[in-house]
Amino acid sequence: MTEPLLRVRDLKTYFVTDRGSGTAQAVDGVSFDLYPGETLGIVGESGCGKTVTSLSILRLIPEPPGHILPGSLVEFEGRNLLTLAAPELRAIRGNQIAMIFQEPMTSLNPVFTIGDQIAEAAIIHQRLSRKAARARAIEMLRLVGLPDPAERVDHYPHQLSGGMRQRVMIAMALVCHPKVLIADEPTTALDVTIQAQILELLDRLQAELGMAVLLITHDLGVVAGQADRVVVMYAGQVVETATTTELFDRPLHPYTEGLIAAVPRIDAPKSRLQAIPGQVPAATAWPSGCRFHPRCPHAWAKCTIEEPPLLGEGGHTARCWLVQEPARRRREP
Amino acid sequence: MTLQAWFALLAALALAAWAVGALRRRTARHEAGRRFFRHPTAAWGIGILAFFAIVAVAAPLVTSFDPRQQLDIVRLKNQPPSWSYILGTDLYSRDLWTRVAYGARISLMVGALGMLVAVTLGTLVGAVAGYYRRWVDAVLMRGVDVGLALPRIFVLLIAIALFGRLPLALLVLVIGFTSWFGTSRLVRAEVLSVRERDFVAAARAVGAGAARVIFRHVLPNAAAPIIVSAALGIGNVLLLEAALSFLGIGVPPPAPSWGNMIADGAPYLATAPWTTLFPGLAIALVVMALNAVGDALRDALDPRQEAM
Repeated sequence: MTEPLLRVRDLKTYFVTDRGSGTAQAVDGVSFDLYPGETLGIVGESGCGKTVTSLSILRLIPEPPGHILPGSLVEFEGRNLLTLAAPELRAIRGNQIAMIFQEPMTSLNPVFTIGDQIAEAAIIHQRLSRKAARARAIEMLRLVGLPDPAERVDHYPHQLSGGMRQRVMIAMALVCHPKVLIADEPTTALDVTIQAQILELLDRLQAELGMAVLLITHDLGVVAGQADRVVVMYAGQVVETATTTELFDRPLHPYTEGLIAAVPRIDAPKSRLQAIPGQVPAATAWPSGCRFHPRCPHAWAKCTIEEPPLLGEGGHTARCWLVQEPARRRREP
Repeated sequence: MTLQAWFALLAALALAAWAVGALRRRTARHEAGRRFFRHPTAAWGIGILAFFAIVAVAAPLVTSFDPRQQLDIVRLKNQPPSWSYILGTDLYSRDLWTRVAYGARISLMVGALGMLVAVTLGTLVGAVAGYYRRWVDAVLMRGVDVGLALPRIFVLLIAIALFGRLPLALLVLVIGFTSWFGTSRLVRAEVLSVRERDFVAAARAVGAGAARVIFRHVLPNAAAPIIVSAALGIGNVLLLEAALSFLGIGVPPPAPSWGNMIADGAPYLATAPWTTLFPGLAIALVVMALNAVGDALRDALDPRQEAM
């Protein structure tokens, strides 16, 4: 097996909240590997720590109130990004590891042309001249399929539609041909048709540039179509890891089952969608034992007391006692 | 006044009016420009400022005397306004209009440069405090609190006591160094909000360093309140310069500034009120114009008013 490009081990990012409501353990011991050229999906509900995980990798967590705990490791090409000196970290940001943000409407600076913003990374990392950087920006706009790139390069963000802006964001992220692209909900803010176009574009660019993509989303449909492997997150932890086909064919964790049941299927008879009861608990007070037990239909006494480790083998693991005691699984109601 | 000076003065008035019209036409294409001129006194403010700026630049053309020349100390002292001396003469028989025009040069320059120093300093300190937060913010803002708590005039008096008579450049610096506290608070507040916006995180994710983020991404998005505060601040600096000159510690005579002209005329307020009235009027007009322009700029630039 090839070496992972990015190794995340026991990542813990906590936020100290005001007025004594305690420390929010937004990301609490997350580990996963990202291999060269693959797409790894991270899924989970809002508030389960997906975005904080992605921001922590490049140390973009606002500090204070956030801080990454000392035992955490984010290893990229043999170096721990969490202990790297600021200038070396900056040399990696946008150059080796790039990021696409959730909100294309607000993630572009309104006072600069999109050409300036795409060129910025190239100017910072490759010391390109203004002219060369502009040419590069036009080239990138062509690559992401924006019509009339030579003209669009001088447009301001407000002159573009949401889909176009997301293309610009992608161009911005890819200008230095990074090895890793972190895409945090890249299509959430877009229409379904535009979503499909953007995902297709990401697919094509990944194939062309050979980068690894960390795709963060709450949309299982996006994961099913894009990812090679999936990490399911719940309450700041990884609860299941599997290849995409494994995950959809044979989900181990009740939470994953719940997520899949909550998505309408085109090939199934029409019936009410199953929602997971309850909400993600507050990050300041995770439940004892298995963090999913208050919402789990199968939970028994052990689940409320003892926290399960990641169980299972062959690259398919789940943080659930059911893996050890499948007989405890209740039949469908 | 010679005929040529009268013509030049009329030309200056016409030019100022034309400048207002031209500016209105140029900016009419932008929403912000239209909002600016929708302010009831914005056009007047711009016109008055343009007029004084033109007079300052073209002072030798619109006047017919030397501002330091004592025309006739015996017979032409404290003369009321007349056709030859349109604003009258002062106690040394110097032509008041000439001194108002040349005084505009010094007063406006001190105001503009002083404000430039203050805004630059205030923006830098505010941006650094707002961007780095934590102890940097705490230290800088406590310093600003001290600066705001000290009566400025005493700080200036101390500076003057240390340096003796201040040359003009030093006066500008001293005024600038004591006027930036308010701006820095304003900029800090603005930076605190802009730094949380998504594009700042995006810029950091691209690998931009602190200086690049502050100067390219944060400050340009905080420019509107800075510009407004600068416009309003020039008026304050102008008044401060006038106050200092009135106390005899500002612009050294015989160079004319509106402040020291008022100081010269003050003892004759009862017998020759025009000697204080006209420079006072000039200060009042310019300060009011600056306030009007500052208000209109705020209306025009405040993004919060840019409703959907």
